[in-house]
Amino acid sequence: MWIRVLAAMLAATLTAIVILSFQDGFKVFVPGLLQGAWLTVQIAVLGALLAVVMALTAALAKLYGPLPLRWLAVAYIEIFRGTSALVQLFWLYFVLPQFGIFMDAFPVAVLALGLNIGAYGAEVVRGAIRAVPKGQWEASTALNMTRAQMLRRIILPQAFVAMIPPWGNLFIELVKSTSLVSLITLADLTFKAQQMNQATLQTVPIFTLVLLLYLAISLTITICMRFTEGWAAKGVLHGKAS
Amino acid sequence: MWDWAFTIDILPVLARAAVITVQATAIGFVIAALLGLVLASIRLSSPAAGLVVAILVELVRSTPLLIQIFFLFFVLPKVGIVLDAFTAGVLAIGLHYAAYCSEVYRAGFENVPRGQWEASIALNLSPWTTFKDIILPQALPPVVPALGNYLIALFKETPLLSAIAVVELMQRAKIIGSETFRYTEPVTLVGLFFLVMSLLSAGLVRVLDGWLSRRYG
Repeated sequence: MWIRVLAAMLAATLTAIVILSFQDGFKVFVPGLLQGAWLTVQIAVLGALLAVVMALTAALAKLYGPLPLRWLAVAYIEIFRGTSALVQLFWLYFVLPQFGIFMDAFPVAVLALGLNIGAYGAEVVRGAIRAVPKGQWEASTALNMTRAQMLRRIILPQAFVAMIPPWGNLFIELVKSTSLVSLITLADLTFKAQQMNQATLQTVPIFTLVLLLYLAISLTITICMRFTEGWAAKGVLHGKAS
Repeated sequence: MWDWAFTIDILPVLARAAVITVQATAIGFVIAALLGLVLASIRLSSPAAGLVVAILVELVRSTPLLIQIFFLFFVLPKVGIVLDAFTAGVLAIGLHYAAYCSEVYRAGFENVPRGQWEASIALNLSPWTTFKDIILPQALPPVVPALGNYLIALFKETPLLSAIAVVELMQRAKIIGSETFRYTEPVTLVGLFFLVMSLLSAGLVRVLDGWLSRRYG
Protein backbone atom coordinates (compact mmCIF):
# COMPACT_ATOMS: atom_id res chain seq x y z
CA MET A 1 0.00 0.00 0.00
CA TRP A 2 2.76 2.42 1.05
CA ILE A 3 4.66 1.91 -2.19
CA ARG A 4 1.60 3.22 -4.08
CA VAL A 5 1.58 6.31 -1.87
CA LEU A 6 5.29 6.75 -2.59
CA ALA A 7 4.71 6.35 -6.33
CA ALA A 8 1.87 8.88 -6.19
CA MET A 9 4.13 11.29 -4.31
CA LEU A 10 6.87 10.91 -6.92
CA ALA A 11 4.36 11.42 -9.74
CA ALA A 12 2.98 14.54 -8.03
CA THR A 13 6.49 15.89 -7.49
CA LEU A 14 7.53 15.36 -11.11
CA THR A 15 4.26 16.87 -12.37
CA ALA A 16 4.78 19.89 -10.14
CA ILE A 17 8.32 20.35 -11.49
CA VAL A 18 7.12 20.12 -15.11
CA ILE A 19 4.20 22.49 -14.56
CA LEU A 20 6.38 24.99 -12.70
CA SER A 21 9.03 24.91 -15.42
CA PHE A 22 6.46 26.43 -17.79
CA GLN A 23 5.48 29.19 -15.34
CA ASP A 24 6.92 32.64 -15.92
CA GLY A 25 8.41 33.24 -12.48
CA PHE A 26 10.01 29.82 -12.40
CA LYS A 27 11.11 29.16 -16.00
CA VAL A 28 14.41 31.07 -15.88
CA PHE A 29 15.74 29.05 -12.94
CA VAL A 30 15.05 25.56 -14.27
CA PRO A 31 18.07 25.01 -16.61
CA GLY A 32 20.59 26.16 -13.97
CA LEU A 33 18.99 24.12 -11.22
CA LEU A 34 18.87 21.02 -13.42
CA GLN A 35 22.61 21.47 -14.05
CA GLY A 36 23.14 21.59 -10.31
CA ALA A 37 20.90 18.57 -9.79
CA TRP A 38 23.01 16.62 -12.29
CA LEU A 39 26.17 17.33 -10.27
CA THR A 40 24.30 16.33 -7.11
CA VAL A 41 23.34 13.00 -8.71
CA GLN A 42 26.93 12.41 -9.88
CA ILE A 43 28.35 13.01 -6.40
CA ALA A 44 25.64 10.86 -4.84
CA VAL A 45 26.21 7.90 -7.20
CA LEU A 46 30.03 7.96 -6.90
CA GLY A 47 29.77 8.52 -3.14
CA ALA A 48 27.36 5.58 -2.84
CA LEU A 49 29.77 3.29 -4.72
CA LEU A 50 32.66 4.34 -2.47
CA ALA A 51 30.44 3.95 0.61
CA VAL A 52 29.45 0.37 -0.28
CA VAL A 53 33.07 -0.63 -0.95
CA MET A 54 34.30 1.01 2.27
CA ALA A 55 31.45 -0.48 4.32
CA LEU A 56 32.10 -4.03 3.12
CA THR A 57 35.87 -3.69 3.59
CA ALA A 58 35.63 -2.10 7.03
CA ALA A 59 32.97 -4.52 8.28
CA LEU A 60 34.89 -7.60 7.12
CA ALA A 61 38.14 -6.18 8.52
CA LYS A 62 36.48 -5.45 11.86
CA LEU A 63 34.93 -8.92 12.06
CA TYR A 64 37.61 -11.20 10.60
CA GLY A 65 40.75 -9.14 9.96
CA PRO A 66 44.06 -9.62 11.75
CA LEU A 67 44.48 -7.43 14.81
CA PRO A 68 46.13 -4.24 13.42
CA LEU A 69 43.65 -4.23 10.52
CA ARG A 70 40.79 -4.64 12.98
CA TRP A 71 41.96 -1.61 14.97
CA LEU A 72 42.24 0.39 11.76
CA ALA A 73 38.66 -0.50 10.83
CA VAL A 74 37.38 0.40 14.31
CA ALA A 75 39.25 3.72 14.20
CA TYR A 76 37.85 4.51 10.75
CA ILE A 77 34.27 3.69 11.77
CA GLU A 78 34.38 5.59 15.07
CA ILE A 79 36.09 8.67 13.65
CA PHE A 80 33.79 9.05 10.67
CA ARG A 81 30.63 8.30 12.66
CA GLY A 82 31.76 10.48 15.53
CA THR A 83 32.31 13.76 13.69
CA SER A 84 30.05 15.81 11.45
CA ALA A 85 30.07 15.24 7.71
CA LEU A 86 30.55 18.99 7.35
CA VAL A 87 33.61 18.99 9.59
CA GLN A 88 35.06 16.05 7.61
CA LEU A 89 34.42 17.88 4.36
CA PHE A 90 36.16 21.02 5.65
CA TRP A 91 39.00 19.01 7.08
CA LEU A 92 39.69 17.26 3.78
CA TYR A 93 39.30 20.47 1.80
CA PHE A 94 41.09 23.03 3.97
CA VAL A 95 43.40 21.05 6.23
CA LEU A 96 44.84 18.37 3.91
CA PRO A 97 46.46 21.03 1.66
CA GLN A 98 48.41 22.17 4.75
CA PHE A 99 49.99 18.72 4.74
CA GLY A 100 50.81 19.01 1.04
CA ILE A 101 47.89 16.98 -0.30
CA PHE A 102 45.91 18.98 -2.83
CA MET A 103 42.63 17.75 -4.24
CA ASP A 104 39.91 19.37 -6.31
CA ALA A 105 36.58 20.02 -4.66
CA PHE A 106 34.83 17.21 -6.59
CA PRO A 107 37.06 14.31 -5.45
CA VAL A 108 37.04 15.76 -1.92
CA ALA A 109 33.24 15.76 -1.93
CA VAL A 110 32.98 12.17 -3.18
CA LEU A 111 35.69 11.04 -0.76
CA ALA A 112 34.26 12.77 2.32
CA LEU A 113 30.66 11.73 1.75
CA GLY A 114 31.59 8.20 0.65
CA LEU A 115 33.80 7.69 3.70
CA ASN A 116 31.17 9.18 6.02
CA ILE A 117 28.29 7.02 4.80
CA GLY A 118 30.67 4.05 4.47
CA ALA A 119 31.37 4.21 8.21
CA TYR A 120 27.66 4.01 9.00
CA GLY A 121 27.27 1.32 6.33
CA ALA A 122 30.04 -0.74 7.94
CA GLU A 123 27.91 -1.11 11.08
CA VAL A 124 24.92 -2.05 8.92
CA VAL A 125 26.94 -4.73 7.12
CA ARG A 126 28.39 -5.99 10.40
CA GLY A 127 24.95 -6.20 11.97
CA ALA A 128 23.54 -8.04 8.95
CA ILE A 129 26.39 -10.57 8.94
CA ARG A 130 26.00 -11.14 12.68
CA ALA A 131 22.26 -11.66 12.20
CA VAL A 132 22.79 -14.69 9.93
CA PRO A 133 21.89 -17.73 12.07
CA LYS A 134 24.81 -19.60 13.61
CA GLY A 135 23.69 -22.86 12.03
CA GLN A 136 24.58 -21.49 8.62
CA TRP A 137 28.22 -21.13 9.70
CA GLU A 138 28.24 -24.57 11.26
CA ALA A 139 26.70 -26.16 8.18
CA SER A 140 29.31 -24.44 6.00
CA THR A 141 32.08 -25.74 8.24
CA ALA A 142 30.56 -29.20 8.07
CA LEU A 143 30.67 -28.97 4.28
CA ASN A 144 34.40 -28.21 4.54
CA MET A 145 34.22 -24.75 2.98
CA THR A 146 37.00 -22.23 3.42
CA ARG A 147 36.17 -19.01 5.27
CA ALA A 148 36.12 -17.05 1.97
CA GLN A 149 33.75 -19.57 0.41
CA MET A 150 31.43 -19.46 3.42
CA LEU A 151 31.24 -15.69 3.28
CA ARG A 152 30.81 -15.49 -0.47
CA ARG A 153 28.36 -18.34 -1.03
CA ILE A 154 26.42 -18.68 2.22
CA ILE A 155 26.67 -15.74 4.59
CA LEU A 156 26.81 -12.61 2.45
CA PRO A 157 23.86 -13.54 0.18
CA GLN A 158 21.69 -13.95 3.28
CA ALA A 159 23.09 -10.87 4.99
CA PHE A 160 22.44 -8.94 1.77
CA VAL A 161 18.67 -9.28 2.22
CA ALA A 162 18.77 -7.81 5.72
CA MET A 163 21.04 -4.98 4.57
CA ILE A 164 18.82 -3.48 1.91
CA PRO A 165 16.35 -1.43 4.00
CA PRO A 166 19.04 0.27 6.13
CA TRP A 167 21.11 0.91 3.00
CA GLY A 168 18.08 2.62 1.49
CA ASN A 169 18.02 4.99 4.46
CA LEU A 170 21.76 5.58 4.15
CA PHE A 171 21.48 6.41 0.43
CA ILE A 172 18.81 9.00 1.27
CA GLU A 173 21.16 10.39 3.93
CA LEU A 174 23.88 10.53 1.28
CA VAL A 175 21.71 12.45 -1.18
CA LYS A 176 20.77 14.88 1.55
CA SER A 177 24.34 15.38 2.70
CA THR A 178 25.44 16.22 -0.86
CA SER A 179 23.90 19.63 -0.13
CA LEU A 180 26.94 20.21 2.10
CA VAL A 181 29.33 20.25 -0.88
CA SER A 182 27.94 23.67 -1.82
CA LEU A 183 29.97 24.95 1.14
CA ILE A 184 33.24 23.87 -0.51
CA THR A 185 32.41 25.76 -3.72
CA LEU A 186 30.98 22.89 -5.78
CA ALA A 187 28.12 24.05 -8.03
CA ASP A 188 25.59 21.45 -6.91
CA LEU A 189 21.84 22.01 -6.60
CA THR A 190 22.12 23.89 -3.30
CA PHE A 191 25.01 26.04 -4.56
CA LYS A 192 23.10 27.00 -7.71
CA ALA A 193 20.09 27.88 -5.60
CA GLN A 194 22.09 30.15 -3.30
CA GLN A 195 23.84 31.77 -6.26
CA MET A 196 20.55 32.49 -8.02
CA ASN A 197 18.99 33.63 -4.76
CA GLN A 198 21.75 36.16 -4.20
CA ALA A 199 21.52 37.38 -7.80
CA THR A 200 17.74 37.67 -8.13
CA LEU A 201 16.28 37.52 -4.58
CA GLN A 202 13.50 35.32 -6.01
CA THR A 203 13.68 33.13 -2.91
CA VAL A 204 10.29 31.46 -3.03
CA PRO A 205 10.37 30.01 -6.58
CA ILE A 206 14.02 28.99 -6.33
CA PHE A 207 13.79 27.13 -3.05
CA THR A 208 10.44 25.57 -3.98
CA LEU A 209 12.03 24.09 -7.10
CA VAL A 210 15.08 22.94 -5.12
CA LEU A 211 12.94 21.15 -2.54
CA LEU A 212 10.95 19.45 -5.32
CA LEU A 213 14.12 18.34 -7.13
CA TYR A 214 15.65 16.83 -4.00
CA LEU A 215 12.32 15.20 -3.23
CA ALA A 216 12.21 13.63 -6.71
CA ILE A 217 15.74 12.22 -6.32
CA SER A 218 15.09 10.83 -2.82
CA LEU A 219 11.70 9.32 -3.69
CA THR A 220 13.21 7.62 -6.75
CA ILE A 221 15.81 5.99 -4.51
CA THR A 222 13.22 4.98 -1.89
CA ILE A 223 11.01 3.34 -4.53
CA CYS A 224 13.97 1.55 -6.20
CA MET A 225 15.11 0.21 -2.83
CA ARG A 226 11.59 -1.07 -2.09
CA PHE A 227 11.64 -3.04 -5.34
CA THR A 228 15.15 -4.35 -4.63
CA GLU A 229 13.93 -5.46 -1.22
CA GLY A 230 11.11 -7.47 -2.78
CA TRP A 231 13.43 -8.92 -5.41
CA ALA A 232 16.16 -9.93 -2.94
CA ALA A 233 13.74 -11.43 -0.43
CA LYS A 234 12.44 -13.88 -3.03
CA GLY A 235 13.17 -17.45 -2.01
CA VAL A 236 14.57 -16.42 1.37
CA LEU A 237 12.65 -17.73 4.36
CA HIS A 238 14.19 -15.40 6.94
CA GLY A 239 13.77 -11.71 7.26
CA LYS A 240 10.73 -9.68 6.48
CA ALA A 241 9.71 -10.43 2.94
CA SER A 242 7.05 -7.89 2.12
CA MET B 1 52.65 22.86 10.91
CA TRP B 2 50.70 22.61 14.18
CA ASP B 3 51.02 25.75 16.27
CA TRP B 4 50.40 25.03 19.96
CA ALA B 5 50.52 28.68 21.07
CA PHE B 6 47.86 29.51 18.47
CA THR B 7 45.82 26.50 19.63
CA ILE B 8 45.84 27.73 23.25
CA ASP B 9 44.97 31.19 21.95
CA ILE B 10 41.80 30.15 20.12
CA LEU B 11 40.56 27.63 22.72
CA PRO B 12 38.55 30.10 24.85
CA VAL B 13 36.97 31.65 21.74
CA LEU B 14 35.92 28.20 20.51
CA ALA B 15 34.68 27.25 23.97
CA ARG B 16 32.30 30.23 23.95
CA ALA B 17 31.01 29.18 20.53
CA ALA B 18 30.56 25.62 21.83
CA VAL B 19 27.97 26.98 24.27
CA ILE B 20 25.84 28.11 21.30
CA THR B 21 26.23 24.66 19.75
CA VAL B 22 25.05 23.01 22.96
CA GLN B 23 22.11 25.45 23.29
CA ALA B 24 21.03 24.78 19.71
CA THR B 25 21.26 21.03 20.35
CA ALA B 26 19.20 21.21 23.55
CA ILE B 27 16.41 23.43 22.20
CA GLY B 28 16.31 21.60 18.88
CA PHE B 29 16.00 18.24 20.59
CA VAL B 30 13.23 19.40 22.95
CA ILE B 31 11.23 20.52 19.88
CA ALA B 32 12.00 17.25 18.07
CA ALA B 33 11.11 15.01 21.02
CA LEU B 34 7.83 16.78 21.86
CA LEU B 35 6.62 17.35 18.29
CA GLY B 36 7.65 13.81 17.36
CA LEU B 37 5.49 12.44 20.17
CA VAL B 38 2.55 14.57 19.01
CA LEU B 39 2.96 13.37 15.40
CA ALA B 40 3.19 9.73 16.46
CA SER B 41 0.10 10.14 18.68
CA ILE B 42 -1.88 11.63 15.78
CA ARG B 43 -0.82 8.67 13.68
CA LEU B 44 -2.03 6.37 16.42
CA SER B 45 -5.40 8.05 16.84
CA SER B 46 -6.78 8.20 13.31
CA PRO B 47 -5.78 6.44 10.08
CA ALA B 48 -6.78 9.36 7.83
CA ALA B 49 -4.77 11.96 9.76
CA GLY B 50 -2.10 9.29 10.07
CA LEU B 51 -1.65 9.11 6.31
CA VAL B 52 -1.20 12.90 6.16
CA VAL B 53 1.41 12.70 8.95
CA ALA B 54 3.14 9.79 7.17
CA ILE B 55 3.38 11.81 3.95
CA LEU B 56 4.67 14.86 5.85
CA VAL B 57 7.30 12.72 7.57
CA GLU B 58 8.37 11.28 4.21
CA LEU B 59 8.61 14.80 2.73
CA VAL B 60 10.75 16.08 5.60
CA ARG B 61 13.01 13.03 5.56
CA SER B 62 13.52 13.18 1.79
CA THR B 63 14.90 16.70 1.58
CA PRO B 64 18.19 18.02 2.97
CA LEU B 65 18.20 19.78 6.32
CA LEU B 66 20.37 22.53 4.83
CA ILE B 67 17.63 23.39 2.30
CA GLN B 68 15.01 23.31 5.04
CA ILE B 69 17.10 25.73 7.11
CA PHE B 70 17.40 28.05 4.09
CA PHE B 71 13.68 27.69 3.44
CA LEU B 72 12.73 28.76 6.96
CA PHE B 73 15.32 31.53 7.03
CA PHE B 74 14.72 33.01 3.56
CA VAL B 75 11.15 32.08 2.61
CA LEU B 76 9.28 32.69 5.88
CA PRO B 77 10.14 36.43 5.89
CA LYS B 78 8.35 36.65 2.50
CA VAL B 79 5.10 35.66 4.19
CA GLY B 80 5.71 38.08 7.04
CA ILE B 81 7.33 35.81 9.64
CA VAL B 82 10.77 37.20 10.38
CA LEU B 83 12.96 34.92 12.49
CA ASP B 84 16.52 35.59 13.51
CA ALA B 85 19.10 33.10 12.27
CA PHE B 86 19.38 31.14 15.51
CA THR B 87 15.60 30.71 15.90
CA ALA B 88 15.05 29.74 12.27
CA GLY B 89 17.96 27.30 12.35
CA VAL B 90 16.97 25.64 15.62
CA LEU B 91 13.34 25.43 14.48
CA ALA B 92 14.39 23.75 11.21
CA ILE B 93 16.57 21.25 13.06
CA GLY B 94 13.76 20.57 15.54
CA LEU B 95 11.17 20.01 12.79
CA HIS B 96 13.54 17.80 10.78
CA TYR B 97 14.31 15.53 13.71
CA ALA B 98 10.68 15.53 14.86
CA ALA B 99 9.98 13.53 11.70
CA TYR B 100 12.63 10.98 12.65
CA CYS B 101 11.56 10.90 16.31
CA SER B 102 7.92 10.30 15.36
CA GLU B 103 9.02 7.07 13.65
CA VAL B 104 10.85 6.05 16.81
CA TYR B 105 7.78 6.66 18.98
CA ARG B 106 5.64 4.80 16.45
CA ALA B 107 7.87 1.75 16.81
CA GLY B 108 7.45 2.08 20.57
CA PHE B 109 3.65 2.21 20.31
CA GLU B 110 3.57 -0.77 17.99
CA ASN B 111 5.55 -2.79 20.51
CA VAL B 112 2.84 -2.43 23.17
CA PRO B 113 0.80 -5.66 23.05
CA ARG B 114 -2.76 -5.38 21.71
CA GLY B 115 -4.08 -6.90 24.92
CA GLN B 116 -3.13 -3.72 26.80
CA TRP B 117 -5.53 -1.71 24.64
CA GLU B 118 -8.26 -4.33 24.98
CA ALA B 119 -7.82 -4.56 28.75
CA SER B 120 -8.10 -0.77 29.02
CA ILE B 121 -11.37 -0.84 27.07
CA ALA B 122 -12.62 -3.66 29.31
CA LEU B 123 -11.77 -1.53 32.36
CA ASN B 124 -13.75 1.35 30.84
CA LEU B 125 -10.77 3.72 30.81
CA SER B 126 -11.14 6.79 28.62
CA PRO B 127 -8.91 6.89 25.51
CA TRP B 128 -6.86 9.70 27.07
CA THR B 129 -6.30 7.79 30.34
CA THR B 130 -5.44 4.66 28.35
CA PHE B 131 -2.89 6.57 26.34
CA LYS B 132 -1.39 8.49 29.26
CA ASP B 133 -1.34 5.84 31.99
CA ILE B 134 -1.20 2.52 30.16
CA ILE B 135 0.36 2.90 26.71
CA LEU B 136 2.93 5.69 27.13
CA PRO B 137 4.69 4.23 30.20
CA GLN B 138 5.16 0.97 28.30
CA ALA B 139 6.03 2.50 24.94
CA LEU B 140 8.63 5.05 26.02
CA PRO B 141 11.40 3.19 27.95
CA PRO B 142 12.33 0.82 25.08
CA VAL B 143 12.76 3.70 22.62
CA VAL B 144 14.86 5.97 24.82
CA PRO B 145 18.18 4.65 23.39
CA ALA B 146 16.95 5.25 19.83
CA LEU B 147 15.99 8.80 20.81
CA GLY B 148 19.45 9.18 22.33
CA ASN B 149 21.00 8.21 19.02
CA TYR B 150 18.97 10.90 17.28
CA LEU B 151 20.10 13.40 19.91
CA ILE B 152 23.69 12.59 18.91
CA ALA B 153 22.81 12.84 15.21
CA LEU B 154 21.11 16.19 15.80
CA PHE B 155 24.12 17.42 17.73
CA LYS B 156 26.36 16.58 14.80
CA GLU B 157 24.09 18.46 12.36
CA THR B 158 24.33 21.76 14.25
CA PRO B 159 27.38 22.91 12.19
CA LEU B 160 24.84 23.42 9.38
CA LEU B 161 23.68 26.51 11.27
CA SER B 162 26.95 28.13 10.18
CA ALA B 163 25.44 28.33 6.68
CA ILE B 164 22.97 30.98 7.86
CA ALA B 165 25.69 32.72 9.87
CA VAL B 166 24.77 31.53 13.36
CA VAL B 167 28.06 31.88 15.18
CA GLU B 168 28.28 28.39 16.58
CA LEU B 169 31.43 26.30 16.76
CA MET B 170 31.94 25.71 13.04
CA GLN B 171 31.20 29.32 12.07
CA ARG B 172 33.63 30.54 14.74
CA ALA B 173 36.29 28.18 13.37
CA LYS B 174 35.67 29.50 9.85
CA ILE B 175 35.92 33.10 11.08
CA ILE B 176 39.19 32.34 12.86
CA GLY B 177 40.41 30.63 9.69
CA SER B 178 39.58 33.56 7.45
CA GLU B 179 41.12 36.07 9.85
CA THR B 180 44.40 34.26 10.43
CA PHE B 181 44.63 32.03 7.31
CA ARG B 182 45.12 29.10 9.65
CA TYR B 183 42.40 26.50 9.22
CA THR B 184 44.32 23.47 10.52
CA GLU B 185 43.98 24.13 14.24
CA PRO B 186 40.41 25.49 14.47
CA VAL B 187 38.82 22.91 12.13
CA THR B 188 40.73 20.02 13.75
CA LEU B 189 39.71 21.22 17.23
CA VAL B 190 36.06 21.41 16.16
CA GLY B 191 36.34 17.87 14.77
CA LEU B 192 37.90 16.66 18.02
CA PHE B 193 35.19 18.38 20.09
CA PHE B 194 32.46 16.61 18.12
CA LEU B 195 34.30 13.29 18.25
CA VAL B 196 34.79 13.42 22.02
CA MET B 197 31.22 14.58 22.70
CA SER B 198 29.74 11.95 20.37
CA LEU B 199 31.79 9.11 21.85
CA LEU B 200 30.88 10.23 25.38
CA SER B 201 27.19 10.47 24.62
CA ALA B 202 27.25 7.19 22.67
CA GLY B 203 28.73 5.59 25.80
CA LEU B 204 26.05 7.24 27.91
CA VAL B 205 23.30 5.92 25.62
CA ARG B 206 24.77 2.43 25.91
CA VAL B 207 24.76 2.62 29.73
CA LEU B 208 21.19 3.97 29.66
CA ASP B 209 20.18 1.15 27.31
CA GLY B 210 21.60 -1.44 29.69
CA TRP B 211 19.93 0.15 32.71
CA LEU B 212 16.55 0.42 30.98
CA SER B 213 16.58 -3.13 29.71
CA ARG B 214 17.42 -4.38 33.22
CA ARG B 215 14.69 -2.26 34.81
CA TYR B 216 11.95 -2.70 32.19
CA GLY B 217 13.17 -5.61 30.04
